[in-house]
Amino acid sequence: MEAIILQILNGLDKGSAYALIALGLTLIFGTLGVVNFAHGALFMIGAFVAVTLNRIFNLSFTVIDETRTDFLGNPMQVEVPYVEQWFGAETGAAIIDWSVPLAIIVAIPIMALIGIAMERGLIKYFYKRPHADQILVTFGLAIVLQEIVKAFYGANPIPTPAPDAFRGSFDVGQLIGFEPFAIVYPYWRLVYFAFAAIVIGAVFAFLQFTTFGMVVRAGMADRETVGILGIDIDKRFTTMFAIAAIVAGLAGVMYTPILSPNYHMGMDFLVLSFVVVVVGGMGSLGGAVAAGFLLGVLQSFASMSQVIDLIPGINQVIIYLVAIIVLLTRPRGLMGRKGVMEE
Amino acid sequence: MTDKNLSRRGLLKAGAATGVALATPTFFTGAARAFTNEPGSSSVTLGFNVPQTGPYADEGADELRAQQLAVEHLNGEGDGGMLNTFSSQVLDGTGILGRRVEYVTGDTQTSSDAARSSARSMIERDGAIMVTGGSSSGVAVAVQALCQEAGIIFMAGLTHSNDTTGKDRKANGFRHFFNSYMSGAALAPVLANAYGTDRNAYYLTADYNWGYTTEQAVREATEAVGWNTVNTVLTPVGAGDFSSYITPVLGSGADTLVLVHYGGDMVNSLTQAVQFGLREAQANGRDFEIIVPLFSRLMASGAGEAIQGIFGSTNWHWSLPDAGSQAFTRSFGEKYGFPPSQAAHTCYVQTLLYADAVTRAGSFNPCAVVEALEGFEFDGLGNGPTLYRAEDHQCFKDVLVVRGKANPDNQFDLLEIVEVTPVEQVTYAPDHPQFAGGNLGTCNPGA
Repeated sequence: MEAIILQILNGLDKGSAYALIALGLTLIFGTLGVVNFAHGALFMIGAFVAVTLNRIFNLSFTVIDETRTDFLGNPMQVEVPYVEQWFGAETGAAIIDWSVPLAIIVAIPIMALIGIAMERGLIKYFYKRPHADQILVTFGLAIVLQEIVKAFYGANPIPTPAPDAFRGSFDVGQLIGFEPFAIVYPYWRLVYFAFAAIVIGAVFAFLQFTTFGMVVRAGMADRETVGILGIDIDKRFTTMFAIAAIVAGLAGVMYTPILSPNYHMGMDFLVLSFVVVVVGGMGSLGGAVAAGFLLGVLQSFASMSQVIDLIPGINQVIIYLVAIIVLLTRPRGLMGRKGVMEE
Repeated sequence: MTDKNLSRRGLLKAGAATGVALATPTFFTGAARAFTNEPGSSSVTLGFNVPQTGPYADEGADELRAQQLAVEHLNGEGDGGMLNTFSSQVLDGTGILGRRVEYVTGDTQTSSDAARSSARSMIERDGAIMVTGGSSSGVAVAVQALCQEAGIIFMAGLTHSNDTTGKDRKANGFRHFFNSYMSGAALAPVLANAYGTDRNAYYLTADYNWGYTTEQAVREATEAVGWNTVNTVLTPVGAGDFSSYITPVLGSGADTLVLVHYGGDMVNSLTQAVQFGLREAQANGRDFEIIVPLFSRLMASGAGEAIQGIFGSTNWHWSLPDAGSQAFTRSFGEKYGFPPSQAAHTCYVQTLLYADAVTRAGSFNPCAVVEALEGFEFDGLGNGPTLYRAEDHQCFKDVLVVRGKANPDNQFDLLEIVEVTPVEQVTYAPDHPQFAGGNLGTCNPGA
């Protein structure tokens, strides 16, 4: 029982990341009709915004400490971060400690700008081109972004910890009447789940309750009619792209304490997120979110050793197996609308 | 079409012959030479084949730094590094046999195919007479086989799988680095001492060759001191999030987790195991423990605070007090500003050992080099007296058991040496079951 609850929690976490990326993919596909293979790169860039902010906060000047020696036996050079110099040791340390949550504030404008630049600078020229062209160009863009990040940050994962207050784990089991240590779950993963729920809620509320959102939904239902009604669809397309980029970026920022950022993390998540989108139904926002969580949980269960012992290798193929079954029985995905990708 | 001599059939014949000639690797066609890539009188070219991209790129970069340093020292530049402490004193800073040392580099991309093609290009196009480097056992085994076929010497870099000098051993290949068996043999007594002899271990193992041999070696060594193996689970390479593999561990009856992961995978799985509270947890009435069989400083810096107090094994560490290690650390540290990794050390030493063997043999002929290296005993290159065993071309030397340091003095001071396991304790018979099935064959000089 404990094992099952733990795997559900794991699945919800992984599912949160899948759902956030798939949500952005669906927003772009649903409104602009573009299959954006560079979306995983946006997730990765978000994570590296957190890394960069952490590095900026850690920028230091060197003080020679004669009482200690370094690895060559020379006097030790001690690094003192500028923020500790400016704000005092305690406040400075707290700023460094909270760099991941603080990165959210920085990431929103940065991701918006990157999204706008991507859409205006490249993707808009491919709206009328076939999906294959869009996939090629966005996939190429993803590789370019990935290589740029690697050139600057190296190939090794860069640990970017959560604030001290959220390190360690929480005995979820004891809260609901289990033995101590039966269900222990890291604080930050609970935070991530809550954060994902808030972002998903905010995106849905935005689409549901604002005029802009109404037009976007109308556009997703019938793009041409909305265009004929004289709405400046170009501007809205750009905005949608920026929003999708922000969602992916924030998902990446908050994921850094869970998975040390590395340059190929975007690609790792992208493939799975596409499966999520297809299973959920191309163009269905609710489907993307539901399928994200569903596949996250299924993948977690498939990684249990009892399950692997029963069906060896199931942990590596479960996602694709589900995708095949869903597409065979419901070609438009769980919550997909008729007509999308069927023309 | 006035040329009557050029018939259609003749043209086809000529074309086919040219095609065959072009398709034949040059190392099979140079019958005029005594051996493949025999160097001229002024210079000799070495091939440094390291991962410059991909998940082990940082290790590869460090290997390359060390190889460049070795070339400097061989050519009489810099402070000479370990040339001064090496027990064999035939290298005098005038290159190798009076020829200036030059080098070419290749990118293995941590992929066997890419590594083979970059090694092939270094041998065929650049005339490299020896290849060294690598940072994956899959790559090492593939390149070793290629070098055997091409008739040049392969001085393996970082490769820890038993198979490199076990079932896949080759006469032209030599390994200075330690292996899975040695890690297990060195770790087990230290672990029994620290954590008791009745532990229940749970293994998460990287799903490829190195993972299998390392899991087997550590399992057999710890079972021999009384430990019990609760479960072994294979995890995909590059899984990223290992949480769904880690969460079942606490309820499984295990009180010890062995993470047979390397590189980025180890960084992630260890960090996540700590996040999931395994370090604070209790099982079977005692503290839960985590073990990482193969440690490196580069990985340790990736995992941050998560490594504190965790046992593992390593081939070499810059804080070793012997003169050779200190000379290398000083030379490398002054040139690059940080201490060398174990990958850097092994590649530097392998380059020196090759140059030394050529000099002692008085010939670049691979068969002469093989003869000079087989059964060669040396000292002064770190890890104490070392033997290049003739039977399997594996080096036998002391193995370090290390632990993540609790209060590091500086950013490089991440591992503390807990024990220097004497070489006798990690020595095994060449036909030990974990190494069985291999055949060195005979040396191949190429042409």
